[in-house]
Formats: sequence, structure tokens, C-alpha cells
Amino acid sequence: MVYVMIKELSPSADEVIIVTSSLMKDMTSKTDMYRANAIRVLCRITDGTLLTQIERYLKQAIVDKNPVVASAALVSGIHLLQTNPEIVKRWSNEVQEAVQSRAALVQFHALALLHQVRQNDRLAVNKLVSSLTRGSVRSPIAQCLLIRYTSQVIRESANNTQTGDRPFYDFLEGCLRHKAEMVIFEAARAITELNGVTSRELTPAITVLQLFLSSFKPVLRFAAVRTLNKVAMTHPMAVTNCNIDMESLISDQNRSIATLAITTLLKTGNESSVDRLMKQITNFMSDIADEFKIVVVEAIRSLCLKFPLKHRSLMNFLSNILREEGGFEYKKAIVDSIVILIRDIPEAKETGLLHLCEFIEDCEFTYLSTQILHFLGIEGPKTSDPSKYIRYIYNRMHLENATVWAGAVSTLAKFGAMVDGLKPHVFVLLRRCLFDTDEVRDRATLYLNTLGGDGAVVETGADVKEFLFGSLDIPLMNLENSLKNYEPSEKPFDISSVPKEVKIQPLAEKKAPGKKPTGLGAPPPSPSSTVDAYEKLLSSIPEFANFGKLFKSSPPVELTEAETEYAVNVVKHIFDGHVVFQYNCTNTIPEQLLENVIVIVDASEAEEFAEVASKPLRSLPYDSPGQTFVAFQKPDGVPAVGKFSNMLRFIVKEVDPSTGVAEDDGVEDEYQLEDLEVVAADYMLKVGVSNFRNAWESMGADFERVDEYGLGPRDSLAEAVNAVVDLLGMQPCEGTEVVSPNSRSHTCLLSGVYIGNVKVLVRLQFGLDGPKDVAMKLAVRSEDETVSDAIHEIVASG
Amino acid sequence: MELCPLIKNILLLDSEGKRIAVKYYSDDWPTNAAKEAFEKSVFTKTQKTNARTEAEITMFDDYIVVYKFVQDLHFFVTGGENENEIILAAVLQGFIDAVGLLLRGNVDKKEALENLDIILLCIDEIVDGGIILETDANVIAGKVASHSMDAGAPLSEQTITQALATAREHLTRSLLK
Repeated sequence: MVYVMIKELSPSADEVIIVTSSLMKDMTSKTDMYRANAIRVLCRITDGTLLTQIERYLKQAIVDKNPVVASAALVSGIHLLQTNPEIVKRWSNEVQEAVQSRAALVQFHALALLHQVRQNDRLAVNKLVSSLTRGSVRSPIAQCLLIRYTSQVIRESANNTQTGDRPFYDFLEGCLRHKAEMVIFEAARAITELNGVTSRELTPAITVLQLFLSSFKPVLRFAAVRTLNKVAMTHPMAVTNCNIDMESLISDQNRSIATLAITTLLKTGNESSVDRLMKQITNFMSDIADEFKIVVVEAIRSLCLKFPLKHRSLMNFLSNILREEGGFEYKKAIVDSIVILIRDIPEAKETGLLHLCEFIEDCEFTYLSTQILHFLGIEGPKTSDPSKYIRYIYNRMHLENATVWAGAVSTLAKFGAMVDGLKPHVFVLLRRCLFDTDEVRDRATLYLNTLGGDGAVVETGADVKEFLFGSLDIPLMNLENSLKNYEPSEKPFDISSVPKEVKIQPLAEKKAPGKKPTGLGAPPPSPSSTVDAYEKLLSSIPEFANFGKLFKSSPPVELTEAETEYAVNVVKHIFDGHVVFQYNCTNTIPEQLLENVIVIVDASEAEEFAEVASKPLRSLPYDSPGQTFVAFQKPDGVPAVGKFSNMLRFIVKEVDPSTGVAEDDGVEDEYQLEDLEVVAADYMLKVGVSNFRNAWESMGADFERVDEYGLGPRDSLAEAVNAVVDLLGMQPCEGTEVVSPNSRSHTCLLSGVYIGNVKVLVRLQFGLDGPKDVAMKLAVRSEDETVSDAIHEIVASG
Repeated sequence: MELCPLIKNILLLDSEGKRIAVKYYSDDWPTNAAKEAFEKSVFTKTQKTNARTEAEITMFDDYIVVYKFVQDLHFFVTGGENENEIILAAVLQGFIDAVGLLLRGNVDKKEALENLDIILLCIDEIVDGGIILETDANVIAGKVASHSMDAGAPLSEQTITQALATAREHLTRSLLK
């Protein structure tokens, strides 16, 4: 009992000299229990030095005849491996002996410890596994451990061998017939998780899992269903045999088991069984909790996409459950599913839209109503009889709250714009809205005026449509900031001057559009706000104000190592005809105050640049960062490169740390910084495109340049790809910067905007030529011939 | 290391969800408040189910919990989501049977609270720092029993019941002589 207490308190080794010495005496006592527990406690509270003293005893304990003592020593060894690995590694011989021990659990612990010690040595693990699979392993837990190590070995050896039976697969299959359930299950799970497993290999494992499905122990049923669920994602055909057993599990008492069974059935079902499944699910849905319901809804959605002919019954099912009680997330999931189905299955459009209309009649979530209204506005006019939906939309304008009214007005106007025959009716309705509250009235006025208020059935101009309903390509944050900076003057606000620089994320799954058309994906706030911050900062400095628009700012580059007295990093701002270096300086010495801080830049290795201005930093106290700037002129539009060496010069004054007052006179001092390079990639803005193929086709091959390069020996294909992408500084599109392991070739698609606002698209094809050599084919398309040439120059010289 | 089967915690709660004896072996619940929140959520989730004849299993928050109810005590064993559920069940069964042996068959809240030291020893002997030490109930009970009943231990260490038991034995023997 005392041992447990000591373990809980676990004081540090220097505090407990007394305890440790008595514990050490206990380690050699006659009573086994004392020895075992003393070992466990000591290993918990000891540190390295004490450990060497007791090491001898621990080694003896590992090979002790009493299994309790041996287990205690081995388990402590496993824990000690985290903190003192070298010491534990010296016990390998004893541990090896323990692995052969007769006592079941000693073998288990010894195996675990030995594997941990030899983890990084693949060959040793291989030997260990092969010797034990041939020998006998006494306890079921040790067997499970061995199975896990075996699958690890298989996984690693699969990288080298290509064909033929895997090693140790027979061992795994043999384990399927073991006495203990945990071993059978572990083996089955290991087989299903093998890389690229074939159906032939899967069959014995699935048979075994099927037996578990009908066991009376919930734990077995749960484990089997969960594993089959995972298998169904990759090999649905293999699981179909178990469908009958799984259908009986739908009514299982344990709700987790039932949900897993349903989702698995939904993945493996075929067309004929869909109807039967739907009937059973309807009864089932009322029993389960919201989070399970969402899982089921998503499974139904994928099922419907797989079997489009069944859309009628599935759509009915979705609309029925939409009408029942449920939380916001749940209803949102259902609405999203219906929207996706409408988009992908044209025959389902009419019924789907009607279902959605009925839903908004008494939907309690404003967000969903507005989303559906917006979606109706897009899809409704394209249907055969749009007037049906007008009634629903118009009703929304008089019930519910303001947000829904606004959405309804916009949607009505869209109908009017797109469908000319309805225009007069829409105008009548819109005119009635003119007497409503602000938002509705303003919008109605806008639409009436722009769409032609005389009510005649005329074709709406394309540009009017674009103005009202086109999507705004510009991120809202940037627009907001530009508007704030705009001062009312003669010149109207130019929307094209708003910087578009933002991370455009590819749309992963088509979700229903938000209620206001925003740009492609929401911009993360930091990049756009940093850009604006830099712009504001630079335009506030009079010397730099007339450099024009900022093209690009690079991320900060460190010019000093960590933990130095003055930490400096630099941001390179690229303008059309100038380059500004912004040096962010931090003083980490509390006793110093720096004044008149400037950076002397030696541009002797950068001939095309000429220094024009510099702005010193007046005062830099302790721990508050400040900026100093140096501006260079460069030839307009030319991507000049060069190397700059930097020296920080300042006047340093001593500060009395207790009072914080600086002395009056200071000493001039200099501090060398690292060199700084302006490279070609600095002139390239990373701007992605969502559909590379379209952009490539539309750019045309007029200014296309294709060339081949040998990149020489490289560490790996992925490393070569990354190196070229970094060199060019362009944005990889459609996830092509990820190279799949073991591939011998790779195609990478890049896009960007070059200085001078020239769009550039690059297609790179990499191939492994021989064991390490990488060859690359570069195809560039851009709007300007010189730019294409420039890209090739960059690669050729890089 | 993820390959070795690890237990995250062992809980023994009463029929209202308050803790009797718990031991955590993982850092997933750093503060006491987090631990109590976990116990509460586990308890409410499993309250309605009937886990008396067979061990039941549930999964939430990326943990697998196997549990069983005996009289008015609730036993829980938690593992990570990729753990072998049957190993967890074996640990649970070992724990319950060992407690049954040690409390001499009266597995209820009153007995457990009176013999709290035995319960804590028992938990300690099953899992050490997350690694399973033993799953056989007889062996566990044997280890715990040899801890508490010790020839060399002073009289104060022995529990009162054992002292009374020995006294009673002496008395009956002398009466029957």
C-alpha cells in the first residue's frame, strides 16, 4: 500500500534519499511482492545516476524465476525507455532471455520491451518476428502484440517487394484459427488493414468477422461491425455476404452497433435492396441521437449518387425526415444533401425544389431559409415552370424576419431577370414591397430601376444581369479596406484596383452557396490584412508614396540568428520600378537604447539597383520592435536580381535598468547582418486557379514555350518537385504539389501572376531517369512572350 | 508507442456517477475538472443501457469505453479508438472478477468504500502506466491479498476485520478443545 502512495506522490530523487535506500533494501528482500513493487516504484521516481546503481538488481530481476518480479522489471524498463534509453538498451541480453520464458505475461512484456528497443532497426525487428512466429507464444496478449509487429513488418517490406505472397501472411491466417477471441479479431483486423489487400486474402478474415456479428457479446459485435464498416469503404463487394447478418443488427439494443450496421449496409447495398433498407431506416431514425443521424444522412447521400435511378424514394425519405424535429446541424446536413442531389441528378430537380419550398414554409432557422432562397434563385429560373416557386418566395416576404425578406426580394428579382415572361408579374410584386422596411424597400427600388421599370417584356441586358447577380471576385476583406482608404474625390472608386491577393482554396465538395455571393472561398484574414498593413505603412511614408502600387511583399526573412542581441528580419516590397526593404528590428538588451538606427546596404553585387532613399528609425528601446526602410530604384518592369549585404548602424546609449532613463551621450556602433537576395521568385505572385485545364486552353499557345531539362541526381522525386516550385515561386493548383510515394513520374501544375500583371501558367512533367536522376519537361503559357522566356531563364539558371 | 495495447483509464463509479476509485494513465485529461467532466459524460451516456449480463461497449469522442454494471457499481475501462476492443474487455473482466474475489462476493458500494485500499491496490496491479500487467483475476487477487495480509506487517497494518477473524478463530478453537 505504501508503494502505491509513493508512486502517487512521486517526489524527485534528491528529496527521497531515505525512501530510496529502504526501497533498495526491499529490492533484495525475500518477499517477492516487495521486490516487484519496490522495482516499480524506484523506476518511477529515480533519475539517471541512481539508475546506474540499481541497474545490477534490475538485470537480475528480469531473469528472476518469479514472473511477478520479472514483469515488474520489464514494464519499468518500458517506461524508462522514454527517459534513459541508453541504459535500458544495455539489458538486451537479459530481455532476450526473458522472451523465451515460460510465464505467459513475462513473454508479453519482454516482447514489448525488446521491440521498443529495436524499433528503428528494421532488420532486427524482422528477425524477432520471424523467430517468434515459428516458436510458440504463450499468452493471447503477446500473440496480439506479435500480430501488430508482423503487420508493421509487412507494411515496411511492401515498399521493396512488388509481387508474390507477402511474408508472414500465412502466420496471420493461422492466427485466425487461434483459441482466444482477441487473437482472432486482431488477426482479422490486421489482414483488412494491409496495403492493397486482394479479395482472396480478405475472404478468410471476413468469414471470421461474420461469425462475430452473431455473437451474444456486444463487444464482439461492435468490433466486427466497426471493422467491416472500414472494409466496406474500399472493398464493398467483399462485405456483401454479411449483409443479411447486418440487417438483423439494425434493431440491436446498442445504438452504436445499429448505426454502424446501417452505414455499412448503405455502402454495400445494391439497387434492389435500397427500398428494403429505406423502410427499415425510417423506423430506426427516431431512436438515435443527432450525431448518428448526420452520419446516416451522409451515407444516404452517397448512396443516392451511386444509384441515381432511386432518387425518388431517397428524396422522399430525406424530405420526410426534414419535416421532423431536429437540431440545426442535422437539418443543415439534410438540406446540403438535397441540394447536392438536385445539382447532380437532373431528373430530381423538380421534386427536390418543391420539397425545399415546402420546408421553408416552417423552417425555424434563418440561415437555412436564406440559403434555400438563394439556391432557388439560381436553379428556379432554369426549370420548366418557374412561376410555381414565386408563390413560396413571395410568402416569405411577409412572414419571418428581415434577413429572410431581403433574401426573398433578391430571389424574386433574379426570377424576373432571368425569365422574361415573368417580368411584369415580378414588377407588380416588387412594387408592393416599396412600402416595406428599409432593406426590402432599397433592394426593390434597385431592382425595379435596373431591370427597366416600365414593365415591358424586354430582354434584360447581359451586363445588368452581371452587375446584379454576378459573383464578386474580390474578397470582402480587401474590398472593405479599399473602401475605407478611398477618399471622396473627383475620381470614382475603381473596383479593379482592389488587390486580389488572397489564398484561393479549391472547392473541395460542392456545397450550397452562401447567402451573399462572395469570392472563391473565404480568405484567411492574416495574408490580406498584412498586405493592407504594408500598403498603409508604405503609403504613409512620403518618400515611398509615389512608387505606385505595391505588387508583392515577401514574407519576413531572418537576417540574424536566434538569441542574438539585435533581432532583424527583412520584408521585401516589390513595386513596378522600385524595391523597398523593410527591416524589422528588435532590441533584446534591456540595458541599451538604440537611436538613429539605419541599415547600410552594400549593393555592389546588384548592379541594376540604385539606392534612392532610406528612412532611419529614430529610437529603438528594449523589446519594442521598430522598422527602418531602404528604397532602391530598378529598371521598370524588369525582374532584376541581386545580392545585398547589410550592416546595422546605430547610436547606442546605456540605460539604467532600475530607472529606465538613458544617458545623454552615446557611442556609435555597427552590427553585421546576413546578406539578402532578391530572386526571380520575388517577382511572381502566387495566384491559383481552380480549373487549370480551362485556363490553359483559354490562354492559347501563342506564347507557349516548351523545353526539357535534366535536374541531375536528387534525393527524391518529391524533393525535386519542391525545389522547382520554390524556385519559380508560383502556386501549385489542384493539389499537384503532393507527390505520391513510390511514383516514378509526376505532373505539377502551377499558376501565378508575374510583375506587370501578366498571368502565367506552367505545366511541369517530372520523370525518374535511372535510380536518382530527375528529368523535367517545362511548358509555359502566358500572355507575354518575354515572360515565358523569363520563366525558362529562371529554371535554366536555378 | 502505439503498437503496444494501452489503457487510458480505469473508472469505478457509483450508481449516481460519483467516483469511488479512478486511475488515469494518459494525459488526455490534464486537469481534475477535465477528468470529472469525462466521468460525467461517460456516465450519462451509459446510464440508460443495461450492461449487467454482458460487458457493453460504446464509442465517443475518439475513445472506446467498455463497461459493466454490478449491483450498484459501474466499472469502466477506456482505450484509444484504434485499440483492440477485446483486450479492453479482458481487462475489464479481470478487474471485475478480482474485485469480486477480494470483496468476498459482496460487490456493492458499501463494501467497496470500506475496502477502498484493496480496490486501489487491485487497480494498481492490473495496469502500470497504461501497460497491462495482468488480466487473470485469480492472479490479481492473489497479488493484492499477499500485499495486505503480511506476516511481517505490524498489527496496525492489518485490518480490524482480519484481526477479529483471527481472534474469533482462536476463541472457537479454545472453546471446542
